[in-house]
Amino acid sequence: MIKLLVDGQEVEVEEGSTLMQACEKNGAEIPRFCFHDRLSIAGNCRMCLVELEGSPKPVASCAMPASEGMKIITKSSSVKKAREGVMEFLLINHPLDCPICDQGGECDLQDQALYYGRGMSRFEEDKRAVDNKPFGPLIKTTMTRCIHCTRCVRFMDEVAGVHELGAVGRGEDMEIFSSSPSGLGGELNGNIIDLCPVGALTSAPYAFKARPWELDKVNSIDVLDGLGSAIQIGSKDGEVLRVLPRLNEDINEEWISDKTRFAIDGLKNQRLDVPYIRNSSGNLQKCSWEQAFQLMANRVSKINSSEIAGLAGNQMCLESMVSLLDLMKSLNVDNLDCRPRNSNMPISHNNKASWLFNPTIRGIEESDLILMIGTEPRYEAAMLDARIRKVWLKNKIFIARIGGGAKSTYPINEIGNDPSIIDSIYRGDHSFNKKLIKSSKPLFIIGQNIFTRSDSIGILGRIREIAKKHNAFNDKWNGVGILQNTANIVAGLEIGFVPKLKTSLNTNKILNNFENGKIKFLWSLGRDDLDINNKNADSFLVYQGHHGDKGAELADVILPGSAYTEKNATYINTEGRVQNAYAAVSPPGSAKEDWKIIRAFSSYIDKTLPYNNLEELRNRISEINNGLTTENFLIKAENNDIGDPKTSLLKEEITNEKLNFFMSCNISRASETMAKCIITQQGK
Amino acid sequence: MSLRMPAPKEVQPKSFKFNKANLDKINFIISKYPSDRQASALLPLLDLAQRQNNNWLPLEAMNEVAKILSIPMIKVLEVATFYSMFNLAPVGKYLVQICGTTPCWLRGSDKITEACKKKLGINYGETTQDNQFTLMEVECLGACSNAPMVQINDTYYEDLTEKSMTGILNDLAKGKKPRKGPQSGRKGSEPQIIKEA
Repeated sequence: MIKLLVDGQEVEVEEGSTLMQACEKNGAEIPRFCFHDRLSIAGNCRMCLVELEGSPKPVASCAMPASEGMKIITKSSSVKKAREGVMEFLLINHPLDCPICDQGGECDLQDQALYYGRGMSRFEEDKRAVDNKPFGPLIKTTMTRCIHCTRCVRFMDEVAGVHELGAVGRGEDMEIFSSSPSGLGGELNGNIIDLCPVGALTSAPYAFKARPWELDKVNSIDVLDGLGSAIQIGSKDGEVLRVLPRLNEDINEEWISDKTRFAIDGLKNQRLDVPYIRNSSGNLQKCSWEQAFQLMANRVSKINSSEIAGLAGNQMCLESMVSLLDLMKSLNVDNLDCRPRNSNMPISHNNKASWLFNPTIRGIEESDLILMIGTEPRYEAAMLDARIRKVWLKNKIFIARIGGGAKSTYPINEIGNDPSIIDSIYRGDHSFNKKLIKSSKPLFIIGQNIFTRSDSIGILGRIREIAKKHNAFNDKWNGVGILQNTANIVAGLEIGFVPKLKTSLNTNKILNNFENGKIKFLWSLGRDDLDINNKNADSFLVYQGHHGDKGAELADVILPGSAYTEKNATYINTEGRVQNAYAAVSPPGSAKEDWKIIRAFSSYIDKTLPYNNLEELRNRISEINNGLTTENFLIKAENNDIGDPKTSLLKEEITNEKLNFFMSCNISRASETMAKCIITQQGK
Repeated sequence: MSLRMPAPKEVQPKSFKFNKANLDKINFIISKYPSDRQASALLPLLDLAQRQNNNWLPLEAMNEVAKILSIPMIKVLEVATFYSMFNLAPVGKYLVQICGTTPCWLRGSDKITEACKKKLGINYGETTQDNQFTLMEVECLGACSNAPMVQINDTYYEDLTEKSMTGILNDLAKGKKPRKGPQSGRKGSEPQIIKEA
C-alpha cells in the first residue's frame, strides 16, 4: 500500500494505482474525457489535471502513478485555472451546437463546461469542420463535435476486438477514421455511443427522438439472448425509445450487444394488439377476448386431456409459464415442453448441470483453457464472447473449438468437426490433451446444437469424464457450461414445463401429432420456432404472444400478450440467474400481461387458478423453488453427472446452430434496424 | 497543413509487392525487434515501400506492410498519415522541400521559394507537367546554421541564394548531380566572415 496526501488528508491506495484513483478515494471529483475505467489509459484530454507538490506544472492524474509521500492538491485555484485552460482549448473547435445535438443533457463536455468553461469565447479564427464518417446503420456521426478522446478507438480495439477505428492525421487535423467504408463490424458497436463524451457519436435510430430528461427510465433486463444483460429502458409517451446498458459485473459489465440495444424498434412492428380468431373462410379476424375464450373453451370441453398439449416459447416469462403449467395441470395435461424442436436436452432435475452454464459468465475470466463444442458464442451470446476475449487478452489462454463456426475476436484453434475427436480426447490421445494436462481451470462450452443430436448424451458424458480427469470439477470450479441462447428456457426446465411422464409427448411428438390430428388443442405460448407443415382440420392452435411472426400464422386463435418491456416478469438466464424485468410501457391495444390471459381463461372454464395478482402468483412460484422469486438467485446444479459416456457417438459432423445474430427472435425479426444491420453485414 | 489522406482511387495502383532486394531487407529489419514486437518495424517498412514506389506510398503498399507485420490496416494508416515524410500521393522525380521556419525565413527563404516557383512554374504542393519536380514547404529540417536551405529527395542544399537555387534546379533538370551541402563555399557550418559593405 502507498500512502499519500490528497488535499491535506492521508490516503492509502494499492500499488499501481493512479493519482486519479487516490483522489477519488478521498472523495475528490476529477473531471475527465478520455479516461475510462475499463479501457487503457490514454492521457490525452488533459482535463484531469491536479497539482502535485514538487512538479512545476500540473499533472494528468489519470496517467500518473501514485507513489509514496506524494502531495496532491485538487481544489486550488491554479488547478481550476489549468482545467479552464484545457476546456477553452477543447471548445475552440467544438461547434457548441448543443440545441441540435442528441447528446445534449447527458453530455460530459456540456456538464464540465458548466464548471470549467468561460462564459465567452476568445477564439476569433475559423473553426475547423470535419467530414462525417460511415460507421454503419447504428451510429450517427457528427465528427466536427469530436474532441479526440479516442475512447471509441480504444473500445473497438480492446473490448470489441474489431480493429477498424483509428485516428488519422495529427494535431488539429486529427480525425477519427474507420478503415472500413461499409461501417464497423462486430456486435458491440453501440457501446461507443455511450462512451463518446460528446455528441460526435450518437444513436442513429434514436436520432432526434427525445431529450434524456423527457424519458421515463426503468431498470430492467434484456431477453434477446440467453444472458439477461442489465439494461435501462427509456420510454416516452408509451413508446420504448432506447435501451442503455446498466452495470452488472456478473453478466454484461457495462456493455450490451447491438441486438439488445437496437432491436427495440421491433417492439412497434407486427404487434398483436387484439385477439383474433380464424373465421369460416380461413382468414384471421379481429374479435373480443370473450369470443376468443368462448371458442377455446368450446374446443377444450369436447376433447380429453391426452389430446391437449402446451408448448412454451423460451422468451416467455416465468410467470406465464407457471400459469400455463398450472392450467394444464388442472386439465390433467402432461404433454408439455419448452425445448426447441429436435432438442433432447435432459430434463430431470438431477441433471441441472446439463442445462446450466455452470462456470458462470464471470467465471470465464478464471479459466485458463477453453474448449467450445458446437457453438458460436459470438452470435449466440455476444457479451459472453466479449468475456472470452477479455480473458484471452489478459492471459493469452488457448481456445479450441470442435464444430467450427465464425471467427471471433480472439484466435480459435479449430480442431475439427468429427465427433471422434471427443472420443480421442476422452481416451487421452489427442494433441489437445497436452494442453488439458497443464490446465488447472479448463472450461468447456457446449452449444445448443449438440442437443439436436441423438448422441448428445454420449457427448455430454464424455465431456463430463474429460472434465473430471482434468480439474474441471471441484469446490471452486465447475468447468462445464451449457450455453443457452434463449432468454428463459432455463426457467421452463426449472419449473418442469416438460413432458411429465415417459409416455408424455415432447415438442417433436406434439407437433407430429398435431399435424396428424391426434393432438386437437395446442396452446403455443410464444413459440415461433414451430414448422407446422400441414395442419389437420381437427387440430386447433392457440397462439399467445406479442408478435405476428411464424408462430401466429397458422393459429386458430391469437391471444395478444406483452413483450418484455411491458410486464413485470421473471427471467432466468443461462447461468441460472433469476432476474426481474420491469414494465416500462403498457402493452399495445387490448393486449394483456401473459399470466393474466391464462388466469382469465382458467376462470372462464371454471378451473380458476388460485392467484389474483402478481404477488400471489409469485407466492405460488416460490413453492416450486424459493429462489425463483429472489432477484439474483443463482440456480445451482447439485451434481455434475451429466450424460453417459457409454453411449456411442455418431459419425455425423458436429456443427453449430448458425444463429443469425441480428434476427434470432420475433422481436429482432420485426426490427428494421436489425434488417439494416444484416444488409450492412452482407455488404462487408 | 491540413489532413493528409491517401490519394484518390484513380491514382492508386492495383497492387503492390516488395521486390526481392527489399524483401531481404525486410527480414533483416524485422529480425532487429523482439519476436512479439514486429509491429515496431512499421516505420522502416513504410519507408522501404515509399522508396520502391517512386517516393510515394499507395494504399496497396500499406496493406502489404500490414499483412507482413500482421497488424490492422488502420494502424498503418494512422502512422502513414501522421508522418508528413510519407507522401500519400504521387510526387515528381525530385521532391523539393523548402524550409520556411524562422531561421531560414530570416535568411531569405521567401526569395528561395520565389526562385523555385519562377523556375519551375508551379506553386507549393504542385508537380511540374513533366513529373520532374514537386514543390513543398516544410518546417525546420535542423540545418539552421546553414540557412536558408532545401531538401531535395535525400540531399540537403544549404547556404542558398536565388542564383545557386536556380543553378541546382537547372542541373537536376539536365540530369547532372549538383554539389550537395553548403553552396557558399563553406565546408560545413563554420563561422562565415561577413565583409562589411
